Amino acid sequence: MTATTAETTARVRKVFRPTWVDTFLWAIRIGAILVIAWGLIGSIQNFAAGRGLSASQWRDLIIAGLSQGAMYGLLALGYSMVYGVLGFINFAHGEVFMSGAMVGFIAANWLFDAGIWAANPILSLLIVLAVAMLTSTLVAILVERVAYRKLRGAPRLIPLITSIGVSFFLQYTFATLFGVGVRTYPQAPEMFAGALSIGGFRIGKASLLVIVVAILSMIGLWYFVTRTKSGQAMRAVAEDKEIAALMGIDVDRTIVTVFAVGGAMAGVAALMWAILFRGVNFFTGFLPGIKAFTSAVLGGIGNLVGAMGGGVLLGLFEGVGPLLILGGLGIPGVSQLKDVVAFTALVLVLVFRPSGLFGERLGSEDRV
Amino acid sequence: MTAATIDAVTPKASRLDVRRLLRMGGLTGLAMTFIAANGMLETFNNRLLIRPILSMGYLLFLAIPFVMGFLIGRRVEVEGVETAPRTAADVVMAVVAGLLAGLIAALFAAIVNAFPGLRGTFPRFSPAMVSVLTFGFGVGTGFLLLPGVAAVVGAVGVGMHWLSDRLRKAVSVAALVVVVAAVFESVVKDFFEWFATLPRFLYHPGGGLKVVSAIVLFIVAGVASFFLQGRKMPGFAGLTSQDATERRRSSLIAAVLVLALTIVVPMLLGGVLNELLTNVGLFMLMGLGLNIVVGYAGLLDLGYVAFFAVGAYTMALLTSPLSSVPFQLNWWQAFPIVLVMAALAGLFIGTPVIRMRGDYLAIVTLGFGEIIRYLFLSDWLSPYFGGAQGVRRVPGIPLGSNLVGGSDITVFVYFTLFFVAIAAYVSWRLQDSRIGRAWAAMREDEDIAEAVGIDTVKAKLLAFVTGAVLASFAGALFAAKVGTVFAHSFEIIVSIIILVVVIVGGMGNIAGVAVGALVLVGVLGGPNQPGLLQEFGEYKLLVYGALLVFMMLQKPEGLLPSARRARELHQEEYLQDAWLDKGGQFVGSEQEA
Repeated sequence: MTATTAETTARVRKVFRPTWVDTFLWAIRIGAILVIAWGLIGSIQNFAAGRGLSASQWRDLIIAGLSQGAMYGLLALGYSMVYGVLGFINFAHGEVFMSGAMVGFIAANWLFDAGIWAANPILSLLIVLAVAMLTSTLVAILVERVAYRKLRGAPRLIPLITSIGVSFFLQYTFATLFGVGVRTYPQAPEMFAGALSIGGFRIGKASLLVIVVAILSMIGLWYFVTRTKSGQAMRAVAEDKEIAALMGIDVDRTIVTVFAVGGAMAGVAALMWAILFRGVNFFTGFLPGIKAFTSAVLGGIGNLVGAMGGGVLLGLFEGVGPLLILGGLGIPGVSQLKDVVAFTALVLVLVFRPSGLFGERLGSEDRV
Repeated sequence: MTAATIDAVTPKASRLDVRRLLRMGGLTGLAMTFIAANGMLETFNNRLLIRPILSMGYLLFLAIPFVMGFLIGRRVEVEGVETAPRTAADVVMAVVAGLLAGLIAALFAAIVNAFPGLRGTFPRFSPAMVSVLTFGFGVGTGFLLLPGVAAVVGAVGVGMHWLSDRLRKAVSVAALVVVVAAVFESVVKDFFEWFATLPRFLYHPGGGLKVVSAIVLFIVAGVASFFLQGRKMPGFAGLTSQDATERRRSSLIAAVLVLALTIVVPMLLGGVLNELLTNVGLFMLMGLGLNIVVGYAGLLDLGYVAFFAVGAYTMALLTSPLSSVPFQLNWWQAFPIVLVMAALAGLFIGTPVIRMRGDYLAIVTLGFGEIIRYLFLSDWLSPYFGGAQGVRRVPGIPLGSNLVGGSDITVFVYFTLFFVAIAAYVSWRLQDSRIGRAWAAMREDEDIAEAVGIDTVKAKLLAFVTGAVLASFAGALFAAKVGTVFAHSFEIIVSIIILVVVIVGGMGNIAGVAVGALVLVGVLGGPNQPGLLQEFGEYKLLVYGALLVFMMLQKPEGLLPSARRARELHQEEYLQDAWLDKGGQFVGSEQEA
């Protein structure tokens, strides 16, 4: 018995001959690892020689990366949930985020003019958060209703192309309504400026706020998905739409819930963007959207905890990577290449491990 | 089919459906408000189609209630189910919905008028916009005028269904002819330079059709269409019904005709329009290339602009005296190298994505497109690629003793059209070749294709390489045309516009792609190039986005679909799913399958 098994394995091994495509992919993998290792060594050498950034600067970069990563994570949830349930990439999710940030800006600006911003900063932030969440949720639901509902069961690429159309439509809707210029949120209230020292570890208050908000939203989402009836319905629909329908679950409504929850999380992310970067315009959603999608894939698409983890990882990588790796290689103008690093991460993730670090969770018909 | 489903399919005409009315009226009002709020109405109002009564802005604005009325009056015909008769209830509904819509728009005008402070956030909310929106009569009169006009136009929309089929078609054709004549004003003027009486009769000196000539055109076109309908015309439908040898002959005749046109037309056009035609040609080239990747092989490439960029940069670096390359070639000598570089780029981008599922492939190619653009733009590689400055002083194409560049556009356009012809020929020959059939099989089902012995790795790579080479044609021409190649010309939006061209025209169909490029890039314009309707400017990307969504929802196979592709997209299975999901309601084009 054992002998035959061994024999079959041997035979299988003989049959499996790597094609040149495999060779090429392995070359890419090894090359990527070599480049990264080379950069790391260079950076460590620099650091040991006292060149480049100091330890505290590296720490700041890490914290900035973490807070940005938390934002990507929240956005990634939207991609992950929609992919898990409907099996397509909602390319327009970045624009859902952008619309929250844009309309949130109007609220913030109004609060600032009315003097509430300075007088009552926590209330103002809550109002902006509510406006951003509401806008993003509404836009997400609207997009689902108008564009995606008709396409259930269509070939996989059709909803993707549709979502690209939606994405550009939303972008230029905002561009033509609000103008193309960058709008800047009012200066963060004083109580969020400066840094805080926790156990000898200094961290910017804004970054801390972003990380705390992300953790709170994540807990809220976790509770919603695992402990409520709607969350249960969502998981059932993600597993198998037809069976879920047979069990008496209203699939359409559940899908709307998925989009609404994803939109709400995008709204939270929009507030984070406002705190971290302040400037918004119609194109704000494009790059974070793609990065968030990368995070979702990195964490394993359909996997909610994975999405958050993937976001944090990507944020860290993006915050530290350019200086650590490209800087170590001695490449000038590193900050320009920040997005190249993010896109390269996307390509590498999909080449190395398309099923993600924490494993995919897809419905029965979407597993490939 | 249950009784409820039949009810859903055939709404009772005798009863006024209040929910539908509110929905129709509300959506129409919002759409009218939208194009006023984002400034489309005001901007397009500067382009007069019929001077002095109809501007493009108002045409678009009034088209909205018209379409509403048309949809209200439409009866979806389902096999085996009796269609509800047309009654006056439709007209009542359209009028009331029109009133509602007009009221919403008027309310919007009043709000803008009452709160001038809004302009800080919405730059388009100006008194001028309010004035245009209320037809120049101010907000007070607008409250009467807007609902009135919307109601009347809505009723006209319903009225279209009361005409006989033949008359309706004639009226539509006549209206279309008038609009096309107005839009193509500059083309007609260029065409009839030798017979200036005609354009002088048709067009007002300030631009736009004269009222008289619009009426004459409408009547002539309407009458002609009314009497010519039903005659056998050598159209596409006729073509498909012919047998193989006959079809071959007719397509040969068509090809010769198109060829003759491409030789004659640029001679008649002036510089501006030849420039436009060149841009259209470049997008046709890229469209044909992307058509091979997306239409034939079914691989959604969202970073297609990367190959265009590789072609343009390679050509620029090899020919410009200012480039980092130590030697200098002329355009023809550099051309083979450009092709090789593009093919290598196709291989390089194609290989890593070969095992990915379709949607991941799309995103990764998009990533590659952006990576390449950022690298061309970066300071790091600027010693080679010139960074943000780009590569300057790219010479034109040597022809005899001259260098033909962007300034000799009347000659340059022939180069472009020549390469379009090559690309079209290549596409046509590939379509039913061995590899073409392999692509089709792979597109329909990759696993089965592999099982019947198709080397899918080879097929995919070949699609990428062929597509890349065709895009590099466009890149090489582009470099010679503009003289300066810099990264700004290769943004993601270019890839998206090429995709829209392919999808709107008809995936997998050469004529479709050509027509798509001609209509979209020619009329609306490319990403950085104006089209015939220059007013579209910043709105064209909005329109492209909306068009992409609309096509995907209503006609995913495109305007001129390839027969095979259309069949794939309307599979039985898909139909059944769609049927179940919608609670058994037929919507849009499904009945055509």
